[in-house]
Amino acid sequence: MTAKDNKVVERKDVVVKFVGDSGDGMQLTGTLFSDAAAYAGNDLATFPDYPAEIRAPQNTVAGVSGFQVHFGDKKIHSSGDLCDVLVAMNPASLRANLKWAKKGATLILDVDSFLDKYIERAGYESNPLEDGSLDGYNVIKAPVTTLTKKTIEGMKIDMKTALKSKNMFALGIMFYIFNRSFDTAFRFIENKFRTKPLVVEVNKKVLRAGYNYADTVEELQSVIQVPAARIAKGRYRNMTGNIATAWGLLAGAEKAGRPLFLGSYPITPATEILQEFSRHKSLGAKVFQAEDEIAGITSAIGAAFAGSLAVTSTSGPGLSLKSEAIGLAIITELPLVIVNVQRGGPSTGLPTKSEQADLLQALYGRNGEAPAIVLAATSSSDCFDYAFEASRLALEHMTPVILLTDGYLANGSQLFKIPEMKNLPEIKPPLAQQNDEHYQPYKRDPETYIRKWALPGMEGLRHRLGGLEKWDVTGNVSTDPENHQKMVEYREKKVQKVADRIPEQEVMGEASGDLLVVSWGGSKGAVLNAVTALQDEGKSISHAHFSYINPLPKNTEDILKGFKHIVVCELNMGQFVKYLKINFPHYSYLQYNKVQGLPFTEGELKTKFNQILEGVTG
Amino acid sequence: MTENTIPKSIKPLTKEDFESDQMVKWCPGCGDHAILKSVEKVFPKLGYKKENYTVISGIGCSSRFPYYMNTYGIHGIHGRAAAIATGVKLANPELSVWMITGDGDSLAIGGNHFIHLVRRNIDINVLLFNNQIYGLTKGQYSPTTPKGKITKTSPHGTIEHPFNPGELVIGSRGTFFARGVDMNPKLMTAIMEEAARHDGTSIVEILQNCVIYNDKTHQLITSKETRDDNQLIVEHGKPMIFGKNKEKGLYLNDSNRLEMVKIGENGITEEDLLVHDMHDPDSSLHLKLATLYPPEFPAVLGVIRSVKADTYDDLLKEQIAYEQENSPIKNMDDLLNSGDTWEM
Repeated sequence: MTAKDNKVVERKDVVVKFVGDSGDGMQLTGTLFSDAAAYAGNDLATFPDYPAEIRAPQNTVAGVSGFQVHFGDKKIHSSGDLCDVLVAMNPASLRANLKWAKKGATLILDVDSFLDKYIERAGYESNPLEDGSLDGYNVIKAPVTTLTKKTIEGMKIDMKTALKSKNMFALGIMFYIFNRSFDTAFRFIENKFRTKPLVVEVNKKVLRAGYNYADTVEELQSVIQVPAARIAKGRYRNMTGNIATAWGLLAGAEKAGRPLFLGSYPITPATEILQEFSRHKSLGAKVFQAEDEIAGITSAIGAAFAGSLAVTSTSGPGLSLKSEAIGLAIITELPLVIVNVQRGGPSTGLPTKSEQADLLQALYGRNGEAPAIVLAATSSSDCFDYAFEASRLALEHMTPVILLTDGYLANGSQLFKIPEMKNLPEIKPPLAQQNDEHYQPYKRDPETYIRKWALPGMEGLRHRLGGLEKWDVTGNVSTDPENHQKMVEYREKKVQKVADRIPEQEVMGEASGDLLVVSWGGSKGAVLNAVTALQDEGKSISHAHFSYINPLPKNTEDILKGFKHIVVCELNMGQFVKYLKINFPHYSYLQYNKVQGLPFTEGELKTKFNQILEGVTG
Repeated sequence: MTENTIPKSIKPLTKEDFESDQMVKWCPGCGDHAILKSVEKVFPKLGYKKENYTVISGIGCSSRFPYYMNTYGIHGIHGRAAAIATGVKLANPELSVWMITGDGDSLAIGGNHFIHLVRRNIDINVLLFNNQIYGLTKGQYSPTTPKGKITKTSPHGTIEHPFNPGELVIGSRGTFFARGVDMNPKLMTAIMEEAARHDGTSIVEILQNCVIYNDKTHQLITSKETRDDNQLIVEHGKPMIFGKNKEKGLYLNDSNRLEMVKIGENGITEEDLLVHDMHDPDSSLHLKLATLYPPEFPAVLGVIRSVKADTYDDLLKEQIAYEQENSPIKNMDDLLNSGDTWEM
């Protein structure tokens, strides 16, 4: 395929990062590159990193948008620490991202953008292309803008529109380096611009031009071959966490035979869930874009009363606004799934960055004794599984479930093995029977404390629910002291009983040893990689990664018992560790915390774990 | 239209079918008792299956209402009745959904939900009890309390301009607005029935007396001695006449302003009076009528505005039906396998 006689270098996994101005189309470029990798059989994980502003000032560090993809020939758990190839469209994006490139990485730079004014605006004191600061890197100085212009010469299109395609030039270079087929990218372009055939032609032409340019560059001595991954056979697709969440809930609704209702208000980084549901009316999904977060959840509570699998999706500030209503769902004992895509806080915080700092809010952030089931997804693709599980637990246990994901999972993507609906577990909501003479709104199953779900319209079951405390069994309003205590205890026990119907906690590695690494939710990939790497070095280290937060799996304490040291790693100041201390106070816990709006890196985790292990052995 | 999808009761129902066995705990003399009785009379008249009535409320004295009706119901949280009712109606359009709320619940803490419910025109019947005071918290001023009024939180008189619910409804592109008084059950049942028959959001403001914290606040409009001269009950197609001897009326002058006139004075005859057209899509006259207030003008009661417009619930149903008919994605397996997928 290539003109030069390049050698082919085989690599097990590679990390690539595309960076540029937020209007440069880096998210799209990264997505198309990932799709091509997936199509070629690699497993992968992606991580988009973009500013909160739609178009921050051009050529400034504040406006840099990035997209990282990690792909390889084995199961890929995280988007990777440092990149092997960095594509930077301007000086600002190079300056902001060089620290994320490996020593000796290949840097593909649009030299046309390295003008004095842009270099200065990026905050450089001298031109990095000339001052030696890039020594040691494999720098490809590509005149991307000039060659894009040249490529489209003579085409009847205005220069401004045409220059938007320069990201395709960069993508073409990358396609050359990794020997990718144009198929998926062409298909995407044809579909996206189907009403603008000229734009399709421009983009395809520029993509090819980038590829051909790479073929002439002396510095590109080799093409990189990443063999197809050896992962479970089956049909796959690429999925972001937010789409997986929406689909998992739709699957839950179908499996339960209940219509889906979503009441939501747009909020970064959860908005795609609302958008995704609104596309699926053909599946009977009713989507209500509410006037605010409170109307989002309270409309869902109304829909739950009327028999829907009711869902509201939000991010931290929205969860705060929904607190009172979650209490209403708890006391009315209606099924409800609250998806909280965590972002940096407090307040508006870091809207486009990721954090795990809403855990205590999810567990305790309500007035009164108000227990809710809390789950946390661990990867972009298993957002599907945990969303499905949240539906199952809400519907079968008649209580709200808070599903925690985060901005990193939500916007990141992974390969997703397509399940067959018939193989997913059954979901059987405890529906009351029409004209059941013995029906009482708060009569409970004696084992599980679950009450029956009677829907408006059903004959012989009329009843009232509400925020006031109710008499046991009859559901009439009550302020009786002993009754209140009893009802509080029932609601708590009902949630704790869920522990009987969830899987036991797994440990990756030996069941005892020097160090147990504990993590939860979206940080699984990096922690798992770090632990695995140390295990490969023969260290006595194991990993327990939690998804079931409330209730905790029944065997949690048995796991803690087996280790000399326990370190709890979280992207917050130590919330899960507090929760473990409350539940299992007899153990001592070390912590590793990071609150920078960024995921853990494998490197920093390994350093921390080694320090602990050296303390143990030394 | 929407109404017809609500299943009808096979056997005729009576008010006993809707009476609750729970003790009604409103104060003796509270206007709420009369409203409850009126609703119990209206429900059987509408003819829907008794299981298909759902009563939703927020917080406040009025919002205890669902507990006193034998229907499906939710006593919600403060201000959120409109959103809860929205969820109920969208999830199951075959329900006759009634929302019970007050001036604090819907015009203060729930103001946002209230205006958006009206704007969306979802087929929900709203009974807004307006007693111009916070009753359940014992006497603080509300968004409808007249300016200058002395209450527990305005010991020197309120310095706020009150909302007029009718103005708010019409400003939010409301399709149905009616006003009744707790002292006139006949009028209340008539307008509640009209509200139920209207496709879309129906707002019924009921001037209700809080006997403990704001007694006689609507006295001029409601008391036997003064009401005839201070209330005008409008009827569609009828001239706007009122007064003890039916001698007064409303007249639209050349400057497009309403005037109160007397029949027989200055050559005014009944023919010169305004004739009520509740179906007029132009809301400007409805807005004028909704804002009239004694002593300069009579307060206008009855159905002030009732116009046809698409309802949110009907349009949602249509979109879903269309997609179900035309989309290639019929179930989750279809969705999971749609778009770019590949074997590995």
